[in-house]
Amino acid sequence: MELSGGDILVQCLKDEGVEYIFGYPGGAVLHIYDALFKQDAVKHILVRHEQGATHAADGYARATGKPGVVLVTSGPGATNAVTGIATAYMDSIPLVVFSGQVPLPVIGSDAFQEADIVGITRPCVKHNFLVKDLTKLAETVKKAFYIATTGRPGPVLVDIPKSLTDPAIKVPYQYPKSVSIRSYNPSVKGHRWQIRKAVDLLLTARRPVIYSGGGVILGNGAEPFTEFARLLGFPVTNTLMGLGAYPATDQQFIGMLGMHGTYEANMAMHECDVLIAVGARFDDRVTGKISEFCPHAKIIHIDVDPASISKTVKVDVPIVGEVGSVLADMLEMLKSADKRPDAEALADWWRQIERWRSVHCLSYDAGSDKIKPQHVIEQLWEVTRGDAFITSDVGQHQMWAAQFYKFDKPRRWINSGGLGTMGFGMPAAIGVKLAFPEADVACVTGEASIQMCIQELATALQYRTPIKIVNLNNGYMGMVRQWQEFTYESRYSHSYLETLPDFVKLAESYGHVGMRISRPGDVRAALEEAFALRDRTVFLDFLTDPTENVYPMIEAGKAHHDMRLAPGVSTDTELA
Amino acid sequence: MRHIISILIENESGALSRVSGLFSARGYNIESLTVAPTQDPSLSRMTLVTLGSDDIIEQITKQLNKLIDVVKLIDISESSHIERELMLVKVRATNGLREEVKRLTDIFRGNILDVTSSTYVVEVTGEKSKLDAFIQTVGEDNIIEVVRSGATGILRGERGLSL
Ligand SMILES: Cc1cc2nc3c(=O)[nH]c(=O)nc-3n(C[C@H](O)[C@H](O)[C@H](O)COP(=O)(O)OP(=O)(O)OC[C@H]3O[C@@H](n4cnc5c(N)ncnc54)[C@H](O)[C@@H]3O)c2cc1C
Ligand SMILES: Cc1ncc(C[n+]2csc(CCOP(=O)(O)OP(=O)(O)O)c2C)c(N)n1
Ligand SMILES: [Mg+2]
Repeated sequence: MELSGGDILVQCLKDEGVEYIFGYPGGAVLHIYDALFKQDAVKHILVRHEQGATHAADGYARATGKPGVVLVTSGPGATNAVTGIATAYMDSIPLVVFSGQVPLPVIGSDAFQEADIVGITRPCVKHNFLVKDLTKLAETVKKAFYIATTGRPGPVLVDIPKSLTDPAIKVPYQYPKSVSIRSYNPSVKGHRWQIRKAVDLLLTARRPVIYSGGGVILGNGAEPFTEFARLLGFPVTNTLMGLGAYPATDQQFIGMLGMHGTYEANMAMHECDVLIAVGARFDDRVTGKISEFCPHAKIIHIDVDPASISKTVKVDVPIVGEVGSVLADMLEMLKSADKRPDAEALADWWRQIERWRSVHCLSYDAGSDKIKPQHVIEQLWEVTRGDAFITSDVGQHQMWAAQFYKFDKPRRWINSGGLGTMGFGMPAAIGVKLAFPEADVACVTGEASIQMCIQELATALQYRTPIKIVNLNNGYMGMVRQWQEFTYESRYSHSYLETLPDFVKLAESYGHVGMRISRPGDVRAALEEAFALRDRTVFLDFLTDPTENVYPMIEAGKAHHDMRLAPGVSTDTELA
Repeated sequence: MRHIISILIENESGALSRVSGLFSARGYNIESLTVAPTQDPSLSRMTLVTLGSDDIIEQITKQLNKLIDVVKLIDISESSHIERELMLVKVRATNGLREEVKRLTDIFRGNILDVTSSTYVVEVTGEKSKLDAFIQTVGEDNIIEVVRSGATGILRGERGLSL
């Protein structure tokens, strides 16, 4: 079969089983758009800004585990996509981004809408390609999908010069069934000897903690992970990226750890004697002061990326491999072991943890006459029966969503953790809703973040993706304001948003439903009403207490046991 | 510690910038970097000299290995190896210096490649320290120009870096 470059690309996507491609047209990709026009197997979602395309594809990828696919034009189209690519890169999300490029003969001549996007994205992609030979296009696409989705996943960019998609130039087409790349062989199975060492260490633990991260979600390891944790009966804490890997409503779950983690999780980290990190990368928001990180612990680390191991914290038992495979090996060894962890020591440890838990570090003033953001999230959890997909933007609202929405399943919590990209939430929600049209999808956001990709409200209407936008409107860049309150003596330098739009009218002008909620008593009913409108996107503008802060907080440079607790929360109960 | 990392990398445009970009993005040092195609024209061999603590060198090798274009690498400074660098030096060769420079070149087992009434171009190969010593012995004042290739190296014995 002889095909032109545009048709080859589209045919590759079909053969790869791609359902949606998120994009925005322009000169360099017009041949490709013409090829898309001729078919309807691959559905194109027209966004309103290329950043939105990358976030929507990213949301789709996080919710489904399948790669997200993006198509942008050269120059400004490609540079607009960079923030979304970097967002996916930092959280190890599989994306394949196709960018148009100026025709091969004029590359390097500062041609119209030329940007060296391969150079620009090099530090924020897993890999990228500039295709120079049409006969290599199909193979390159196959490689891109292979690299994006295997090992530690990540975004891959394929830059396609316009001259390659010229409809007049055709070459034989065949989509490779598989590819092998001699320089790329990600490890799957962990080293048996290392796994054995880890199991031995786990069985001697007296004060153990299981610390898991995004890797368990990315590697679809929640099931063996939960079995592993239950078998051992050890306390489980998740990173921001790992929420949902272990059911948050289970007693063994002690909450998120790190900067805004729970008192019990952070104290347990500080006091533990054996720590097992599963698919987590010891991020600085998690470790706090490195020199005082888990001072008493021997550390086991399972990660598919050798470079994640001993990068910031030296570990005692490194295991390179896929979570699923390594945990299966561990389970097998644990089940056949004749030894069990010391039951008495473990019971003592749990008693200690329960004392920490009794501090109720997440309490807030529930009797306030202002809407407390925490209350909104608790109600959101109840109204959606804890079963919604929740995307979020970046700031205080993100932390409250993470703390108060108890995720029991993986891939339900979708947020930008590594790059912390404001503007991520709403387009991501659109991507999720496309993948799961029947599910409840809510975007928890703030009045500052939502304005960064607000234009995607139009996309939500065009493709009938009814999402619920839960805007925790505190009138401030709350997270910035909080830091200014704590560390800059309340000098609120440029963190107040004086001229907010009327979000209700804004939503309406985009063809959606807008609601403003200003009294705590109305929160529940508003949420119920919004979710009852099954086929409408609803913008819920909750006017929340502008002074509320996120607690607990480990301030920069402090150790896990050095937490700032909410006013009124004390550790007295623990001491008693 | 100074480490010499030998890398087999796909001979593709952009591969070199992936390596140099990695070093600048992560704040690692590069003392020198040499690269040329191998007998297999689809591969290049790079020799990278870097400085860092053991932890940093471990991260550097892991991050290099993570680059999709990197096929294989070894830190040759960890085993018995040979290191060589090529240096061309243009030296002032007038009056008494003519004999003196020639004598030093012989001692350093170098060659004089170009002669004019006032200059020599001397070629010296060896380890970094030997080349440094040559410059010192000739004396900075007598040197007009120096060009050094950066180090390359190879393991001794059976072991090596190949596919
Ligand atoms: C405002 C704000 C506040 C934040 N506060 C906190 C906080 O309080 N607590 C917190 O935890 N985070 C917080 N974060 C997030 C933080 O910045 C990091 O993004 C996060 O901690 C990283 O999570 P992770 O360690 O699970 O790693 P991820 O980024 O999820 O990385 C996954 C790891 O798993 C590995 N992996 C991937 N696939 C597999 C597989 N199949 N098998 C094995 N391993 C695999 C990868 O190599 C990688 O090392 C905050 C972010 C923001 C924006
Ligand atoms: C694109 C981008 N710019 C700046 C920041 C820094 N930043 C982090 S949180 C935040 C404030 C977010 O305000 P809002 O969306 O209202 O959320 P809130 O904290 O009030 O809940 C800012 C500016 C960022 N994370 N992303
Ligand atoms: Mg705000």
